[in-house]
Amino acid sequence: MGSENIISIHSQVISSIVIFLLVLTGLFFLLSDQGYRFDVGWLLLAIPPHAWAFVGVGLSISLSVVGAATGIYITGTSIIGGAVKAPRIKTKNLISIIFCEAVAIYGIIMSIVTANMVEDYDPLTVSAKQMRQNVFGGFSIFGAGLTVGLSNLFCGVCVGVVGSGAALSDAANPALFVKILIIEIFASAIGLFGVIVGILQSSNASIAPGAST
Amino acid sequence: MGGGMSGPSFNIDNGYLEGLIRGFKNGILTRNDYLNLVQCETLEDLKVHLQSTDYGSFLANEPGPLSVSVIDDKLRNKLVLEFQHIRNQSVEPLSTFLDYITYSYMIDNIVLLITGTLHQRSISELAAKCHPLGIFEQMEAIGAVSTPAELYNTIIVDTPLAPFFLDCIFVQDLDEMNIEIIRNTLYKNYLEEFHNFCQQIGGITADVMCEILAFEADRRAIIITINSFGTELTKDDRSKLYPCCGKLHPEGLSALARSDDYDQVRAVADYYAEYKVLFEGAGNNPGDKTLEDKLFEHEVKLNVFSFLQQFHFGVFYSFIKLKEQEIRNIIWISECVAQRHRTKIDNYIPIF
Repeated sequence: MGSENIISIHSQVISSIVIFLLVLTGLFFLLSDQGYRFDVGWLLLAIPPHAWAFVGVGLSISLSVVGAATGIYITGTSIIGGAVKAPRIKTKNLISIIFCEAVAIYGIIMSIVTANMVEDYDPLTVSAKQMRQNVFGGFSIFGAGLTVGLSNLFCGVCVGVVGSGAALSDAANPALFVKILIIEIFASAIGLFGVIVGILQSSNASIAPGAST
Repeated sequence: MGGGMSGPSFNIDNGYLEGLIRGFKNGILTRNDYLNLVQCETLEDLKVHLQSTDYGSFLANEPGPLSVSVIDDKLRNKLVLEFQHIRNQSVEPLSTFLDYITYSYMIDNIVLLITGTLHQRSISELAAKCHPLGIFEQMEAIGAVSTPAELYNTIIVDTPLAPFFLDCIFVQDLDEMNIEIIRNTLYKNYLEEFHNFCQQIGGITADVMCEILAFEADRRAIIITINSFGTELTKDDRSKLYPCCGKLHPEGLSALARSDDYDQVRAVADYYAEYKVLFEGAGNNPGDKTLEDKLFEHEVKLNVFSFLQQFHFGVFYSFIKLKEQEIRNIIWISECVAQRHRTKIDNYIPIF
């Protein structure tokens, strides 16, 4: 009990000091008429499109895998526990695991499709028009990756929790499983929505070396 | 203590055990099983009917004629085996939770050993009667103590019950009345500590368990009050035995402390909706259920409700309590069958 209090006081002290320093810095810039130097827009444009694109690709696959993994362990442990006294449930309930796995597959499809849209370009010889296309491409691939990743994350958790309930109620009463499967199908559909929106976002994206004209 | 308790992360440590305990719960006897059991003519019939349930052939290797005490032992052993399997597989915080469940059996064992020593029984005979879930080290040394202070210093201080015992050291000597006071004080401290622990865990476990433990506390307060009418227990002493973690705290408990007879207790319970209905049907007439039976029924109902939610520890506690009720039911039916006194054989409390 004492050590918990020390740790929480410690973290409170550190976070208040950090917040204080940030506020101090912000006030300094504001009051010394240097507010223009804190330029968020410049920051977003100055980050190269490659960085945006590949972070998007990474988010798409990694967040989907986190969602799928969470779903699989939630359902898997319940199936194992329930199958001790009711062994008949083990084969049917693998469907829940397959639904969770599908979520990871959406993520990897999205990341492969968007990664193939990216090529290298030479910032000295690229034309202005192509550069605008590249910046657009970077942002759209980042947005698509974030969309797909987050929606698959929550979809995976949802399918996992419902699948766990399905396994335990199947163990108690076999007639319940098919009805609960319908809930899982709805849960799985929301991951698909994320993929559809992601494809819409990234359909016109490309990062390419344009010939200078 | 947020760690393993939020919805998605519960299953990392506890998913398998929850699935397992729900599997055990599916094997609890249903009304159909009880209907079969009450139609048995002899204990051998009972054994055959139990073979088709989850109990299987647990009585298969018993030599000699069956008796009710043998059936009781075997039923209890099965529950103990299942509990110990689950306890062995669990990690924190579930393992502490399961340990708290065993403390109530430890309290019963201590009181059994002290009472038996007072009546000059031998330690080995008493140790055989102790509940296996409440075994602690140095149980046999209880034979040598004569005051609570000695009991604390030699034995209790090494057990997990040490913090619950501090209020009892001041009792002068160990006679019948004081042993009951010690038992009830230990149980009161244990219940309040368990209630605090469940609240610390938070989440669904706190919701489910605090409801069940609050009813347990109120039920102890009511039963202590009713049983103390006509004994030498003073009202002050009685009010020190009431656990404070229930719905009756604080106004109901102070009203109970002042009551003198059954009707006043009933008047106190009328202020609380759930307890009013329990007193309504109870009585000592031939057609009524007794108050104890109605309290058991309410406890069974609360424990069945805890299975309606997933991802909490309450299912482990409820499973133990429901199995105990099932064992009481089977033993009641066995006694009626063995003594061929079948008028009250339907007084068991159905669970599912």
